[in-house]
Amino acid sequence: MEDDHDHQHPHEHVHEHGAVEHPVPAPTGRPIRIGVGGPVGSGKTTLVGALCELLRDELSIAVVTNDIFTTEDAEALRERGVLPTDRIVAVETGCCPHTAIRDDIAANLDAVEQLEARLGDVQLSLVESGGDNLTAVFSKGLVDRQVFVLDTAGGDDVPRKGGPGVATADLLVINKVDLARYVGADVDRMVADASARRTGPVVTTSLVDTAGAEAVAEWVRSLVREWQR
Amino acid sequence: MATPGLLLLLADTRFPSGAHAHSAGAEAAVAAGDVVDAPTLERFLRGRLATTGAVDAAFAAAACRAALEGDRVAARLGELDREYEARVLSPRLREVSRQLGRQLLRTVRAGWSAPALDAVARPDGAHQPLVWGVAVAVAGGEPADAAGLVLHHLCGAVTSSVVRLLALDPFEVVGVQVAVAPIVADLAADAVSAASGPVADLPAWGGALAEILGEHHGTWTNRLFVG
Repeated sequence: MEDDHDHQHPHEHVHEHGAVEHPVPAPTGRPIRIGVGGPVGSGKTTLVGALCELLRDELSIAVVTNDIFTTEDAEALRERGVLPTDRIVAVETGCCPHTAIRDDIAANLDAVEQLEARLGDVQLSLVESGGDNLTAVFSKGLVDRQVFVLDTAGGDDVPRKGGPGVATADLLVINKVDLARYVGADVDRMVADASARRTGPVVTTSLVDTAGAEAVAEWVRSLVREWQR
Repeated sequence: MATPGLLLLLADTRFPSGAHAHSAGAEAAVAAGDVVDAPTLERFLRGRLATTGAVDAAFAAAACRAALEGDRVAARLGELDREYEARVLSPRLREVSRQLGRQLLRTVRAGWSAPALDAVARPDGAHQPLVWGVAVAVAGGEPADAAGLVLHHLCGAVTSSVVRLLALDPFEVVGVQVAVAPIVADLAADAVSAASGPVADLPAWGGALAEILGEHHGTWTNRLFVG
């Protein structure tokens, strides 16, 4: 069971379910923007940090964070040293993280554009949402693709509950599968339930080590390649 | 001829221009202990209306007037922008005002195009009250509408943020908004009068406390609202 979700072999754990990969829209001369959303504590910041570490030598990356408190997540990423500090900016969300990524994206879009313009060479912009509920998805006006991150220890019935995040995100990440045995969570059931509610891929991860994000990094690489083509 | 439906669109607090993450100084006032309940919220709101509110309303009305008259609109809006800049002492609040203006312009341009909108387009953003004034003009409103709209949004930013920060009874807060309505109407009328005079004579009483709290708030690492 544990071996099934061993993060040393992440490629084996991309579960495709009759997925029709929607073609990425034609490039517009700007970098692809990918949103990372999901509930509080599911591992969004850890995933963003790991993606930066895995991809920074091959791609020019910018990150916009949206934590409840202005700079909490941005500071965590800066202190971890995943990118030069001037590549990470924080946006305030006025106590409503879902509003800032879905209903009123003005501040986030402004922050992404300002950062991309200042850096000049960005190939990948990551926008991390503040922790929110299962209905919090990114507006198509803000990001081109989005990842939704769930915590295995947050309840293995969450994929069954579904909601826009689980159902419509371009990639669903079921994270912290290393905790499954401690909390009695059934990861196979989570994957099956999630797959029943969506057509896109599902990935299981453990981000205790950065390498655990390799499957997600590979998904990002393919999007960037397609975007730049 | 006003077009009420479009002005109501601009007045909607859900109009997506990023204002939902702004408290108009209320977060700093809550932290300082100046706002703790509905009565102190009303006191704070009256203070903001009479100071920064009066200045913003006058500049919005003047920008609306310039956009409607269409004569030398770029030069007149440029002068208004410089005069407004000189009235905001806090660099942090100037930056926030330009950011809000930049965001608002994007949103307005999704619905309208007009030379006056081009005149408030600059990379760092024109000050927010000017963009509101021009937006009201292109939506079919008049200077009085622009002044009223800016004051309405000030009331909205202060009250909705305090409801979130202090979990106040939202019905009690509606009472506060109704209670300040007469002063809002008076201030809007004053703003329209001021907007018909020389730009240099527009109100310049933004309030030292608002500036100090705003500048201080900008240094926090744990704020929930932008300003």
